[in-house]
Amino acid sequence: MSIEKTDKPHAAVDAPAAAGDASVAIDPRLLVREQGFAGYISEFKRKMRAGDLGATPVVIGLIVICAIFQSLNSAFLGAENLNNIFVAMVATGMMSVGIIFVLLLGEIDLSVGSVSGVSAAITAVMSVTHGVNEWVAVLAALAAGAVIGALHGFFFARIGAPAFAVTLAGLLFWNGFMLQILGSNGTINIDSDGVVGKLTTYYFSDVAAAYGLALVAVAAYFLTAFLGNRRREAAGIPSRPMSELVLRTALLAVAAFGVAIMFNQYKGLPLAVLLFAIVLVGSDFVLRRTSYGRKIFALGGSVEASRRAGINVTAVRVSVFAVAGLFAAVGGLFWASKIAAANQSAGSGDLLMNVIAAAVIGGTSLFGGRGRTWNALLGVLVITSIQYGLALQGIATPIQYMITGGVLLATVVIDSVTRKTQKSAGRA
Amino acid sequence: MVHVSATPVLALRGVSKRFGAVQALTDVELEVHAGEVVALVGDNGAGKSTLVKTIAGVHPIDEGVIEWDGKAVAVNKPHDAQNLGIATVYQDLALCDNIDVVGNLFLGRELKRRGVLDEVEMERRSRELLETLSIRIPSVRIPIASLSGGQRQVVAIARSMLGEPKLVILDEPTAALGVEQTAQVLDLVERLRERGHAVILISHNMADVKAVADKVAVLRLGRNNGVFEVKTTSQEEIISAITGATDNAVTRRAARSNAEAQK
Ligand SMILES: Nc1ncnc2c1ncn2[C@@H]1O[C@H](COP(=O)(O)OP(=O)(O)OP(=O)(O)O)[C@@H](O)[C@H]1O
Ligand SMILES: [Mg+2]
Repeated sequence: MSIEKTDKPHAAVDAPAAAGDASVAIDPRLLVREQGFAGYISEFKRKMRAGDLGATPVVIGLIVICAIFQSLNSAFLGAENLNNIFVAMVATGMMSVGIIFVLLLGEIDLSVGSVSGVSAAITAVMSVTHGVNEWVAVLAALAAGAVIGALHGFFFARIGAPAFAVTLAGLLFWNGFMLQILGSNGTINIDSDGVVGKLTTYYFSDVAAAYGLALVAVAAYFLTAFLGNRRREAAGIPSRPMSELVLRTALLAVAAFGVAIMFNQYKGLPLAVLLFAIVLVGSDFVLRRTSYGRKIFALGGSVEASRRAGINVTAVRVSVFAVAGLFAAVGGLFWASKIAAANQSAGSGDLLMNVIAAAVIGGTSLFGGRGRTWNALLGVLVITSIQYGLALQGIATPIQYMITGGVLLATVVIDSVTRKTQKSAGRA
Repeated sequence: MVHVSATPVLALRGVSKRFGAVQALTDVELEVHAGEVVALVGDNGAGKSTLVKTIAGVHPIDEGVIEWDGKAVAVNKPHDAQNLGIATVYQDLALCDNIDVVGNLFLGRELKRRGVLDEVEMERRSRELLETLSIRIPSVRIPIASLSGGQRQVVAIARSMLGEPKLVILDEPTAALGVEQTAQVLDLVERLRERGHAVILISHNMADVKAVADKVAVLRLGRNNGVFEVKTTSQEEIISAITGATDNAVTRRAARSNAEAQK
């Protein structure tokens, strides 16, 4: 008996050569992608069936929303309204970028609304009430946001309190803090020509700005993809077909130049949109191209695996909450800029819900480990479009809340169903 | 016998580990030499996985000494063990479901090019590695979640082979594998030994143990229960040490005198 068993592996020692041959012959179970464009289409279909929907539902949703509002009021797709949507979405969008970092961990931050209010209040009190240089005030507000976030992260990661509870406490505490520093009169108006004021009112009126940005974006996208592809070919690993690259670049070009034309029909490229674009590209780069980003995804997938891989779990968690706090502060500044004031209602109301909804509607999973910061752009476009479309129709806030709530529910349902389909297709 | 160096690569001296009220390990001794495969066996809950995790720095030891190349070292976190050259495949594989095969292979030691993740080089090396291990998976770019249990197992094993470790610890590596994959893993263990690596192999399968191990260390209820030379010990003797059916001192004596008689 035992002799038989000892023999077996020795027979197998000779096997590698045979096994090597077998792996050269293509395994029929493998989903080898057909080359060229047909391959791209079939890969897309397979992903759809496997529940890997990506951004498709949001893009379709956005088109439907635009079609409905445009049919109700032809001003909806007009340059002015679209421009207003793009500028208005930046405050929520910035905060959404921060919340996506937290959602990738599979956690939540409920304090971002209140923290954004604190940031606006700090800037206003320092620069308006105390006459401090506005740049200094802005930096102080951003630093405060990051420190507050890190503090939440500390209680969560180090002390082990649930993030939900810690940030819920933060929501209340920082709202009180903001009311306290705003003082008795409650509203501080901000100079609309100052640093904060210009965030949402400054436009690059030269038409070259918007077109130039679109051109740079398209060229940079094509070049990075093309050079990446060349390196892959040189290394002898599968690369995307050229046709796919061209198609993707063409789609991006249509979108980018479409938006640029729209901006130029109104006042030109808004500073707010430029800053948001920079943040989106930068955060996407950090998440997908650096080892720090890889650590965040790893924590969202399996904390234990990350720990065993030598990742400093506490440090990453604290830093992610600091990022959320920082972007909350950034959002607060854009919000203050939009209403040209820091007031008592800053950071309250439906802001927090919209921030989280934007991330989730855009396709970030509430279960952690899946999402991109571009999701913030798509989600916030959906939410702001609904708000402005309804406002054009003169439909009151209660209906707005109900519709946004409905959209969020639909998205969460899609997220959960997607997860189930992916589970059954073996890719949760 | 494979010749082994005098100083063990890894030696545990009187290692103990408690989890609250559970005394998982008590005064455990273990030696592993370069070019040697030591099988660690024992019943369920004997403390094998716990021992592995103390060596790998997942659970720091409470008492005792861990010696590396004859010198006492502190292994308090996974990085300490990695820096020494210990690679571990855990029983609960510890892979990230949402990250693709390449990402998991390089998790925690990503290759970078000008500060940016070098996906191309990582993918190339992953393919190379999986090829040399004759591992077949659909694509190195699909998330771990879409792999079968056995495929995950081989990915976890491949992960431990990156970066030329001195000691490889495999906690029940063949538990989820088919006949052919099991043979491949056993091959792999033999290749590691030939290349002069030290290997700790945990397995419930006596046939596998007898096939590749040089020595068998038995754990029972968190304590040592004998170390046997595989060549000279019968399966029955090992099994009785595992279950505690016979007096362990007698078994050990028998094994020793048996070994001398053979020389
Ligand atoms: N993290 C932990 N917390 C508390 N107790 C633990 C923990 N890990 C292991 N134990 C306990 O330590 C003992 C040894 O467990 P261990 O997992 O090492 O067994 P094992 O020998 O690997 O068993 P198996 O063959 O089933 O894998 C068990 O009693 C177990 O309940
Ligand atoms: Mg075990």
